[in-house]
Amino acid sequence: MDQSIYRSHILICGGTGCVSSGCKEVRSSLEEELAERDLVNEIKVIETGCHGFCEKGPLMIVYPEGVFYCKVQPEDMEEVVEEHILKGKVVERLLYTDPTTGENIPSYQEIDFYKKQQRTALINCGYIDPEEIKEYIATGGYEAIGKALTEMTPQEVIDEVKESGLRGRGGGGFPTGLKWQFASDAEGDKKYVICNADEGDPGAFMDRSILEGDPHVLIEGMILAAYAVGADEGYVYVRAEYPLAIKRLRVALEQAEENGLLGENLFGTDFSFKLRIKEGAGAFVCGEETALMASIEGERGMPRPRPPFPAEKGLWGKPTNINNVETYANVPAIIKEGAEAYKQVGTEGSTGTKVFALTGKINNTGLAEVPMGITMREIIYDIGGGINEGKEFKAVQIGGPSGGCLPEDKLDLTIDYDSLLEVGAMMGSGGLVVMDEDTCMVDVARFFLDFTQSESCGKCTPCRIGTKQMLDILERITVGEGQEGDIELLERLAENIKSTSLCGLGQTAPNPVLSTLRYFRDEYEAHIYEQTCPAGACEELLGAYVIDGEACVGCTVCTEACPVDAIAGEAKEEHLIDEDACIACGACVDKCPVDAITQ
Amino acid sequence: MACSCGNAEENQEKYFAPLKKVLENYDKKAKDLIPVLQETQEEYGYLPQEVLEEIAKSLRVPFSQVYGVVTFYSQFHLEPRGENIIRICMGTACHVRGADKVLDTMKEELGIDDGETTEDLKFTLESVACIGACGLAPVIMVNDNTHGLLTPETTVEVLDQYRG
Repeated sequence: MDQSIYRSHILICGGTGCVSSGCKEVRSSLEEELAERDLVNEIKVIETGCHGFCEKGPLMIVYPEGVFYCKVQPEDMEEVVEEHILKGKVVERLLYTDPTTGENIPSYQEIDFYKKQQRTALINCGYIDPEEIKEYIATGGYEAIGKALTEMTPQEVIDEVKESGLRGRGGGGFPTGLKWQFASDAEGDKKYVICNADEGDPGAFMDRSILEGDPHVLIEGMILAAYAVGADEGYVYVRAEYPLAIKRLRVALEQAEENGLLGENLFGTDFSFKLRIKEGAGAFVCGEETALMASIEGERGMPRPRPPFPAEKGLWGKPTNINNVETYANVPAIIKEGAEAYKQVGTEGSTGTKVFALTGKINNTGLAEVPMGITMREIIYDIGGGINEGKEFKAVQIGGPSGGCLPEDKLDLTIDYDSLLEVGAMMGSGGLVVMDEDTCMVDVARFFLDFTQSESCGKCTPCRIGTKQMLDILERITVGEGQEGDIELLERLAENIKSTSLCGLGQTAPNPVLSTLRYFRDEYEAHIYEQTCPAGACEELLGAYVIDGEACVGCTVCTEACPVDAIAGEAKEEHLIDEDACIACGACVDKCPVDAITQ
Repeated sequence: MACSCGNAEENQEKYFAPLKKVLENYDKKAKDLIPVLQETQEEYGYLPQEVLEEIAKSLRVPFSQVYGVVTFYSQFHLEPRGENIIRICMGTACHVRGADKVLDTMKEELGIDDGETTEDLKFTLESVACIGACGLAPVIMVNDNTHGLLTPETTVEVLDQYRG
């Protein structure tokens, strides 16, 4: 690592979101501007992992001031270097503007999106260069494994994790320490640890962010688990859809090996540990632990009945501990700071923090790590900045395809594993998709069933056939062919599938339907009995788009806006929509200056 | 692989050369099936039947098992694919922000359905489950590049970049 002292550091976010918004071009432009002014030895440019505020990307933070610029473009760099770096004047127009007050906010700590966050798992994400192990070590990284290997017995490590109250962050919320105890107690000459990084829940991307932004924290967490349960080999099962995450993890593994943190006789003890990456091949069911292990073994990713649990008989029949990325990422902090300190955050039954992926019809989308026990309202309104385009909140979907939709009167619920189960949702991996008045809840239920149905592996009948039957009914309802008795049939099917499916995928697949039936039954009834979609989302229940000839001023804006050239008409003459070509995208409606297009 | 030019053996060897190279890096055990398939598909663009038969032989697994694994995972393809792979995210966040309109626009523009490849082998269109860039919904991936915050109009612009 170079030892120069820089007067300023510029952090550019290099997460997938910002890469797609063009951060690479921003970086080269910035480096050119710096080189031109001979500032390369004074200002250091660092490409970090994800800052979590992807929508506003590309993001850039200038230290020591901590000034936060968003949506920066290559052509802005000249101004940033000239004004900010040379003259010390903040470039106002690139600052984040608060959507409620309209004020520009210079420091990222003052932005509502970050203000209420409390970071443990994401602590380094966006602050260190993920491809440089020394930056991780400089933040106290690998101290926990040093402490564990030289001062603690494996049982003491397990006890500390148990005492911390840490629960699995990937879905069910099983106590992590207890899981480790089972794997440790299991008899066997060979044991494995696995990290489930097959983040398949639609609407969740926190694991991706950790892999891309701080891969060493995961490696350290896994080494700690391996030491605790007595494993000498491990796998990280990452989905192939995350190419950048795989690349960074690969770099991190190499660096850890070079630095003697993976391999033989770590820290001069007789503990050895090898860690490998396995790429998934695109099957959601592989997020289920037994299916994941079948996939590592080279087979179709189909779940196996439990018991025996993986702790007893896992990968290749050997005792195996399996946790997800965010869970492992919490462990180094627990060992380093102690369980007592860790427990200070969160609620009694759900300690620590949770990362939520905040998406949908909300002003600030991105990743937010908050203490357990926060209310949904704080997350959506204080951190998320409320619903966008001034629309009305309708529901929040939590927990992906296994979770449920909660209505407005549940906004003040404090969030932890148990409170969510009580209201018919679940923590899942922590995806929060916010929906407004334009979202149809029957369509949302259909969407999830369509997903689980196509991802069902087909091994057990309730899931294979049952989800198909439920989907058929929901599809009928959304095209206006619902019948009396459909709701009751859906409920009966749901209960059967829940209680008889082999794995978690099937057992939780009906949850989105049950929760929308519980809170939004009237929308189902409107579709079935009145053939109307109250949200105006189900196309078959709406008429075709038409242009009101009297209102139309012939401005041709709509003909240009139409992506499929379905609108004909000369300037200053009335326009017409070709119903067959129209894909009902609504682009013309948004653009029409005189609101002449209706459905 | 039918061949009528008289150099069948030589051509055969040439055809299987990339596969041989992939197999060299593995112990030729059943557990390597998925990584072998992944690397082979990188080489050939898809997984032709002759190649799968060779893989079955060298890893000593029944062909039926190879076929079972290939058809189980959505990453594997038995048909040739386009030069550019367009993946339209159908995740929840994209769904509520209009992913279906992006898909419809693509279908219309390319004249193919979901899962199909254009006749000139330029584009393959696929709707996929969440690609984990939900902050930029609705989002698509073209090859390894992510494009976010799309509308039907910008979808066409993105497509034009690859039409070249």
